[in-house]
Amino acid sequence: MLLFLARRIGVMLVTALCLTFVVFYLTNLPAKLETLAKTQAGSRISDAEVATWLARNGYNQPMLMRYGEWLGVVPGWTAETADGGITGRCYQMAGHADPQTVAVRCGLLQGYWGNSTRFRAPVSDVIAARLGATGWLMLWVLIVMVPMALAVGVLAGMREGSRMDRSLSTFAIASTATPEYVSGVVFIALLASSAVGLSPLLVSWGVIDGPVLFQGNARSAIEKITFWNFALPVMTIALYGMGYIARITRASMTEVMTQQYIRTARLKGVSFGTIVLRHALRNALIAPFTVIMLQIPWLLNGVVIVEVLFSYPGFGWTLFEAAANNDIELLLAASVVAVLVVLITQLISDIGYVWLNPRIRVA
Amino acid sequence: MEPLSWAGIFTRLFVQLWPIWAALIVLFAVSILYRRRLGLYGKLFDSVVGMIGFAIVMFWVFVALFADMVITHDPLAQFSGMRNAAPGSPLRNAEDHYAYFLLGGDALARDVFSRMVMGAREVLRIAPFAAMISFMIGISLGLPAGYVGGRLDTSLTFVANLVLAFPVILLFFLLVAPEIQNTAIPRVMAGILFLVPVLFFTVLLNARFFTQPMKRNLYVGAVLVIGLWAYSGLAFNLDPLGLWGMSPNLLNVFVAVVFVNAPTVFRIVRGITLDIKTRDYVAAAQTRGEGPWYIMLWEILPNARGPLIVDFCLRIGYTTILLGTLGFFGLGVAPESPDWGSTINQGRRLLTVYPHAALAPALALMSLVLGLNLLADGLREESLKD
Repeated sequence: MLLFLARRIGVMLVTALCLTFVVFYLTNLPAKLETLAKTQAGSRISDAEVATWLARNGYNQPMLMRYGEWLGVVPGWTAETADGGITGRCYQMAGHADPQTVAVRCGLLQGYWGNSTRFRAPVSDVIAARLGATGWLMLWVLIVMVPMALAVGVLAGMREGSRMDRSLSTFAIASTATPEYVSGVVFIALLASSAVGLSPLLVSWGVIDGPVLFQGNARSAIEKITFWNFALPVMTIALYGMGYIARITRASMTEVMTQQYIRTARLKGVSFGTIVLRHALRNALIAPFTVIMLQIPWLLNGVVIVEVLFSYPGFGWTLFEAAANNDIELLLAASVVAVLVVLITQLISDIGYVWLNPRIRVA
Repeated sequence: MEPLSWAGIFTRLFVQLWPIWAALIVLFAVSILYRRRLGLYGKLFDSVVGMIGFAIVMFWVFVALFADMVITHDPLAQFSGMRNAAPGSPLRNAEDHYAYFLLGGDALARDVFSRMVMGAREVLRIAPFAAMISFMIGISLGLPAGYVGGRLDTSLTFVANLVLAFPVILLFFLLVAPEIQNTAIPRVMAGILFLVPVLFFTVLLNARFFTQPMKRNLYVGAVLVIGLWAYSGLAFNLDPLGLWGMSPNLLNVFVAVVFVNAPTVFRIVRGITLDIKTRDYVAAAQTRGEGPWYIMLWEILPNARGPLIVDFCLRIGYTTILLGTLGFFGLGVAPESPDWGSTINQGRRLLTVYPHAALAPALALMSLVLGLNLLADGLREESLKD
C-alpha cells in the first residue's frame, strides 16, 4: 500500500510539472507578452519600446529558464537599472532594493505568486479570497447533489425495469443533457425574471413582496448567503452533475441486486427495505464514491459557467476574468490551483477505491 | 396587424417546418417497414426510448439540411423596430418578408427563430465531424496500447491522463484565444490530429488486402489521394482546388474539441481491447499468422463496435455541449455567428426582461443533446439484447 501510494504521488508530481509547464508556455507566448507590455506601458508604444519593456522586466530569457524562476528552483534574474541601482525578479516581488534581505529564489515554491494586473493586488490574496467564495458554492452543491443523485440511483436500480426505474432513468438522462448555461438560463427566465415566468404571477397574487422570487444575481451572496440568492446557482451546477452519478449508482445497484447473497436474504424472508438498506447499499456505493471524487474537476467547468452567469465573484469568475484580461500571473496561479484540485481528487479517488473494495489488492 | 397568440405561433411554426415533418415521416415509414433487414439500426425501432431519441436527432439533422427553406428571415439581417420584440410580433411594413417574428427578435433586432435554425447547421457541421476524428485518434492509439501493452501502453496512458487532468475550461481559455490563432500551435496540432484518420484508413485497408496487391493498390491509393487532398486543405489551408478549407477560428475550435475528446475515447478503446484480446478468435488469428494490425483492426475492432457506437452518440452530444460552452464564453466564434452558444451568451444580458432570445437556442441545444443521449440509451439496450 505504501509503495502504491508513493508511486501514485510520484506520477502525480510529474503530471503536475508537465501541466504547469504547458500552462506556463501557453500563457507566456510572445503575442500575449506583447499584449501585457501594451497594457502595462501604454497601448501606443512602438515595437522597439515593447522589446525594451520586456527586457527590463526579465521576459527576454529562454522559456525554460523563466519557468524555473517562476517555479522557484532557479535564482531570479537581476539587472542594473539606468541609475546604477539593482533590480530583478525578487526585488520587484519584495518591493524594495536591499540586497541583504531579498531572497535569491522567489517563485511558487517560496510563496511568491506575483501580482494581478486585473485586480491590482497580490495574486495569493485574490486567489485565497475567491477560493473561499467558491468553497461555499461547492459545499452547497455537494450537499444538494450527492444525496439526490444517490437517492435517484438507488431507487431506480433496486427494481430494474420497473416504472420508477424508467422514469428516474429518463430524468437522469435529461439532466446530463442540460448543460449549466442552459439550465441557468431556464431557471432565471422561470424564477428570477420580473417580466415572465413565476414571479409576476406570485406578485399579482400578493404572495411575495419583492419583484422576483429568486435573485438572478448572486453577488449579494458574498456578504450573506440566503436561500433566495444561492438556490439557483447551486441547483444549476447540481443538476448537470447529478445525472451521471445517478446513472453510475443505478448500474452498480442493479448489479448488486442480482447477486446470490441478495437472493439468499430474500429467501430467508428479510423485508425488501432491509435488504436494500442493509445488504445492497454498502456494496453498491463503492463505484459512485470514486465517480463523485472524479466529478469534482468536472464541477469546475460548471463553476466557471455559473459564476459568470450569476456574476458571483468566486474562483471560476476570477479564472474567466484573468483569461479575458490577459492577467498572466493570476491565470497561472489559478491554473495551478485547478490542476492541483484535479490531481488530488484523482488520488483520493484511487486510494478510496482500493480502501473501500477489499477485493482489490495492491502490492 | 395584431401580434400572434401562442396557438397562432405554434401553428405557424408547425407549418413553417413542413419539410422536416415530411422527411421524418418518410424516414420512419421506410425504416419501420424494413426494420428486420437493417441490423442494429432496424432494432432501434423496437425500443420506444431509442425511437424518440432518433426522432429528435433526425429532426435537428433535417432542420440543418433544410435550413434555407425553413428560415423566415435572413439570420443576419436587422429589421427596424423589432429590437427585443416579443414572440409573434408582426413585422413593420413587411412587403416581401415573412409577416411575423415567430419567436421574437433579439437585442440587435434579428429574427430569433431563423438564427436558431441556422445555429443547428453551425453545430451539426462541427460536432459529428469532431467526434469522428476523436474516435479515429482514440481507436488508432487505443488498439495498440491495449493489444501490445508494455512500455507503449504506459507512455500513451500517461499522455492521455495528462490531457484528462487538464480542466476542460482552462484548456479552452488557453487554447482558443486570438493570440493563439496567430501562432503555429493550432496548425501544428491540426497537422498531427488530421493525419491520424488518413493513416487509419491506409493501415485498415492495407492490413485487409495486402495479399491481393491489385486491390490493395487501388483502395490504398484512393484513400491516400482523397485523404491527403483533404488533409492539405483542412490542416494547412493549402488545397490546390479550394474545396477543403477551414477558417483559423473554426480550426482552432475544432482542434481544441478533438484534443479534449480523444483521450477519453482512447481509454474506452484500450479497456475494450484488453478484454477482447484474450478471446479465442484472437488466439486463432494469431495462430494463423495474421499480423498485429489485421488482428487489431479486423478482429478486435468489429467486436468492440457495440459500446463504441453507443459512446459515439454520447460524444456527439458532449461535443455539442462543449461547442456551446465555447460560444457562451465567446471563444473562437465569428462575430454575428448564429451558433447556439454565442446566441445564449448575447441573450443572457437581457435575460430577466427579454428571456426569449436566450431561451430558444438553450432549449434547442438541450433537446438535441437529450435526443442523442436517448438514442445512445436505446442503442445500448438493443445491442445488449443479443
